[in-house]
Amino acid sequence: MANTRPDEKLKPWQDPQAVPYVRIERVTKRFGDFVAVNQVSLDIYQGEAFCLLGASGCGKTTLLRMLAGFEDPSEGRLFIDGQDMTGIPPYERPVNMMFQSYALFPHMSVEDNVAFGLKQDGVPKAERQERVSEMLKLVALDGYGKRRPQQLSGGQRQRVALARSLVKRPKLLLLDEPLGALDKKLRENTQFELINLQEKLGVTFVIVTHDQEEAMTLASRIGVMNHGRILQTGTPSDIYEYPTSKYVADFIGSVNMFEGRLVEDEPDYVRIESPELGGTVYVDHGVSSAPDAKVWVAVRPEKVRLDRERPDQPDNAFGGTVKEIAYLGDVSRYLVALDSGKLVRVTQPNTDRRDDRVTWEERVWVSWSPGANVVVTQ
Amino acid sequence: MSRVAQPNLGQVLSGLLQALLGWAPVRAAQGRLKDWGVTGRMAVTAVPYLWLLVFFLVPFFIVLKISFSSVEIAMPPFAPLIQWANDKVMLIRLNLGNYQFLWEDALYSSALLNSLKMAGVSTIMALLVGYPMAYGIARSSREWRNILLMLVMLPFWTSFLLRVYAWIGLLGINSPINQMLLALGLINEPVSLLQTDWAVYIGIVYSYLPFMVLPLYTAIEKLDGTLLEAAADLGCRPTRTFFSITLPLTKEGIVAGCMLVFIPATGEFVIPALLGGPDSLMIGRVLWEEFFNNRDWPVASAVAILLLLLLVGPIMLYQRAQQAAGGAHR
Repeated sequence: MANTRPDEKLKPWQDPQAVPYVRIERVTKRFGDFVAVNQVSLDIYQGEAFCLLGASGCGKTTLLRMLAGFEDPSEGRLFIDGQDMTGIPPYERPVNMMFQSYALFPHMSVEDNVAFGLKQDGVPKAERQERVSEMLKLVALDGYGKRRPQQLSGGQRQRVALARSLVKRPKLLLLDEPLGALDKKLRENTQFELINLQEKLGVTFVIVTHDQEEAMTLASRIGVMNHGRILQTGTPSDIYEYPTSKYVADFIGSVNMFEGRLVEDEPDYVRIESPELGGTVYVDHGVSSAPDAKVWVAVRPEKVRLDRERPDQPDNAFGGTVKEIAYLGDVSRYLVALDSGKLVRVTQPNTDRRDDRVTWEERVWVSWSPGANVVVTQ
Repeated sequence: MSRVAQPNLGQVLSGLLQALLGWAPVRAAQGRLKDWGVTGRMAVTAVPYLWLLVFFLVPFFIVLKISFSSVEIAMPPFAPLIQWANDKVMLIRLNLGNYQFLWEDALYSSALLNSLKMAGVSTIMALLVGYPMAYGIARSSREWRNILLMLVMLPFWTSFLLRVYAWIGLLGINSPINQMLLALGLINEPVSLLQTDWAVYIGIVYSYLPFMVLPLYTAIEKLDGTLLEAAADLGCRPTRTFFSITLPLTKEGIVAGCMLVFIPATGEFVIPALLGGPDSLMIGRVLWEEFFNNRDWPVASAVAILLLLLLVGPIMLYQRAQQAAGGAHR
């Protein structure tokens, strides 16, 4: 995953001295009565691959289009490389964008498409040709220069679009669902190619996607958006392991959510009573919440254990019956109905070829360690 | 509220068709046709071909035939092409004189050239007026778009002749336009555009503008807006984007619109007759005079055939361009 990359000791977003390359300052965008982007503030640093993640209509594309200059913020300001972007048209901004539909010019060859941006800048012909062929080589499309976009496959078009948006050597590249139109297999390969390219060229990426897996793979940091607001910003593992809200926990990956009430609120641990679970949950960290307030315990399916015997732990173990099993090869997914009636999702890796795995309607215990769950209050 | 389901016209017709197709004699005939290799699909596609055969190809051959005959004071006023001598020998009298006459008399070639010039200039003028109009309509909001398109087509609801006639009043000496210009002090004495080439240009542009605007509108509306955004993103200024992206990608609409204006304008008769002067002689008017004033049907037919041949050239070029474009976009 992205956070295991050999980066410098202090990440730029953790360094108070670091100057952001892109600064979004309390930006709001309204279309009539509809608020597409609502008071968003965000700093993005040089060399980052920042992912705006959210369901369709959450405002992520509008935010990206404001960075490109296709939309003007209704309120707030945008800075790129310290320069206020207010009133600067797209053709004068130091950014390039890769469009979701690729937006390749159908009446031009691949070469002319890639050369288009250089031509606008008045780059001399010899240098233009050199840079275009260099770019096409980089995206493994040398030899395709004379073709028309219509004569290429989807994956090839995607690479032409990438070459065209990178040929001007922008410091900031905006990518709108860059892999959305590719099939699954191609997408996986392309994800890694994209990240290699980004590191090689040192370009700052701002990526918009609705695909959480894509975001996890590509991003140095993710900003999860909903209803025009950024709910949480953090590294992929932060977002996955420590979601701060129900929405984020639910949107990223699969999660079991149990409603409950704080019954013991200590600085280093809490105990939550959950009628849904039919018992209490012990959490090994403090929670900042009003006493007696409604809270939710979130547990990822892969962090839940499944046993035939009651595990040897005082808390976080509940009895139930196996209702559904989906064998997926590498893992199996179980749906366990607790005695309270609540369904719990459990994912177990198939580490050996056992034949004695639990089966339908078997009596089991689901349990998890006190550090495996997260408490969210909103 | 109780509503009895009422079958609509389409349902009734398809029901009738079903019943008809189920009728035994029809089925037998269908089987017979199938044996000959005639299928239902062919029957459907045959309709437009039949239409063209009856209403285009047959009249064309009649006109072609007349163009090879010679004038006679008779009813109809030309000699038959085929005659029977003694009821035994078939005589075909092919008269090439009409075409020779057209070639030799400078009137016809100058009228033809003048027609091409007038049609060409008005087509370019219509394009220059129509493109911004079509662009504006295609880029306006959805509600406005329909209203504006309606306004473009509205003149069709009144008679063409009447509209051209109205221009006589607008272009003449005592026109309100002249009076306004005089009142504003922009001109010292009234000017009349009537009976000049300009009047004909104005008339043609005005009359054929919808034929220019509609195909242009279709092409511009189809243009993917993200392409323009992509161009801007790559550093292209709006005016350059127009010439390097918008214009080439709406080429089909431009060609179609120009053809739709140029072809009828070349043979236009009413507009030059009503608005043009004696020196703006166009081939349509020549044709009219040959036919009605001189009652020389063979020469009139020869003029018509010549005009047709002249226009077939650009039409075929247009078709080829269309096919090439279709191939490239696939």
